[in-house]
Amino acid sequence: MNGPLVSLNDVGKSYRQLDALTSVNMTLNQGEVLGLFGHNGAGKTTMMKLILGVISPSQGQIKVMGGAPDSKEAWHLREKIGYLPENVSFYEQLTGLEVLTYFTKLKGFSGKESKKYAVSLLEQVGVAHAMKRQVKTYSKGMRQRLGLAQAFIGEPKLLLLDEPTVGLDPLATADFYKTVDQLKSQGTSVILCSHVLPGVEQHIDRALILSSGKVLAMGTLAHLRNKANLAVAIRPSGLNGTVLEDAQLNAFFCKTSNNLLVPENKKMTVLKQLLSYENLIDIEVETASLERIYQYYLTLDKKELSPQSTVQGVGK
Amino acid sequence: MKQILTVANKEFQDGLRNRWLVSITIIFAILSIGLTYFGAAASGSLGITSLSTTVASLASLAVFLIPLIALLLSYDSFVGEQESGTLLLLLTYPLSKTQLLLGKFIGQGGIIALATLLGFGASAILLYFQLGDNGVLKTFALFIASAILLGLSFTAIAYLISLSVSEKSKAAGFALITWFLFALAFDLALLALLVGIDNGLTQQGLTQLMILNPADIFRLVNLAGLDSSDVNGVLAIAINASLSQGQLFSILIAWVILPLTLATFIFKKKKL
Repeated sequence: MNGPLVSLNDVGKSYRQLDALTSVNMTLNQGEVLGLFGHNGAGKTTMMKLILGVISPSQGQIKVMGGAPDSKEAWHLREKIGYLPENVSFYEQLTGLEVLTYFTKLKGFSGKESKKYAVSLLEQVGVAHAMKRQVKTYSKGMRQRLGLAQAFIGEPKLLLLDEPTVGLDPLATADFYKTVDQLKSQGTSVILCSHVLPGVEQHIDRALILSSGKVLAMGTLAHLRNKANLAVAIRPSGLNGTVLEDAQLNAFFCKTSNNLLVPENKKMTVLKQLLSYENLIDIEVETASLERIYQYYLTLDKKELSPQSTVQGVGK
Repeated sequence: MKQILTVANKEFQDGLRNRWLVSITIIFAILSIGLTYFGAAASGSLGITSLSTTVASLASLAVFLIPLIALLLSYDSFVGEQESGTLLLLLTYPLSKTQLLLGKFIGQGGIIALATLLGFGASAILLYFQLGDNGVLKTFALFIASAILLGLSFTAIAYLISLSVSEKSKAAGFALITWFLFALAFDLALLALLVGIDNGLTQQGLTQLMILNPADIFRLVNLAGLDSSDVNGVLAIAINASLSQGQLFSILIAWVILPLTLATFIFKKKKL
């Protein structure tokens, strides 16, 4: 397929009095992972519903795999889209296997192969040992894995995951991201919506930050980091106060966090200077995390709303 | 079609799993067999009573029970799935709203229909062997067919409720009110009209009003053919001016199709 897999062109969605989304432009290419970030009610779920074709946009155009997702023609494309809703609780009285077999059948698999396929999916997400148990006996993590298995049905070309790692333990989270990486290498595009910021950054190609229905920022993490001009935290050890004596380094020193906060463009200069000290034994360099980038853009948005206060580029 | 059957199968299995089928069948069987044997107890005798007495008592009980059971079985069908989030998920599948609705209707309607057939069929067979009368089978066939339609009609009405509200508890409340209005209040209102206002209602007018309630049509179907000595209340008057069985059945079928169509319409407009 030529062109982007998903494209949103000046898309808006408003309910009676509420503008859930306003003029969103976005594209998603094949094999790309997009992280969708924003606080509660920022419009993340609305955006996913629009892309899924469950609701229609009030304005603008959405194209998914070449067609409008809410049209009749896009019907068959739904077999190639996987979705994990936020807070879904599956049919409690059914067993995990029964739930997944039901969804597999609805995705177009025949009765016989659906059960076999459901078992293999449950094995993939690691709940095969409990597949004969009723869902009501499942832990939160197991339910989430079941939901993921459901989203993976039919090797989708496009995956929309709303809070996929909520309730997963660190090991399961790592497993999950491994699966995402794997799907990505097979050419699946993923839209990942998450509150849990640490750990996501290595797995996404681009990030989109939403606030009150508007796009605050979009781009690769490096791009966003540069644009925000956020400081890099450098923590040298073994220098015993020499940093404070150096006038140049002292300017960057932050007392509260006991490290140096250096703008991205000055990073190499400072590092070289630090390396010239002979008694330096270790050095920790931490570039601005996704969390800080996210917070930066959110506060930027708030400050734009109240023009009296000044915008601070570098800071804590 | 395959999608509809997948949903129908799941709903039917749910009905089996939750013991709905077994419970409804047992309730109907005990009621009908009990009434068949003890229906005449009030007049001081035990044993099999006349066919018309049995059907008259069965019909007046079924007219309360069947709507209640159908509403109970189906009121949370959509609002329940909406609350748990599976409704939204299902709609991202290659499954249209009409397919989902029809699938649920076939599955849950199947439970009601099968339970009615088994439960009331049991006493039909019992009566047939005791009386050895072919008329038993014919009367019961009519009774069971109309009972199934009554059940399906209230299943469709339950979907209307389930699709119009956004909370399960509200749906339960509305289901209860609906049952009260159709099963009890409607007839009381008719009676009040008849008695309270002189020349307020003609027989024709009464029958016309009765077709506004599927429960009353069910009564008309089953009591029209009986000796009027077994029938009392508003019905006795209405029966004399009654419509033909064919017409009554058509109206009952309309009471299944219309709410179902309206429910599909509401579902399509529903904001998720």
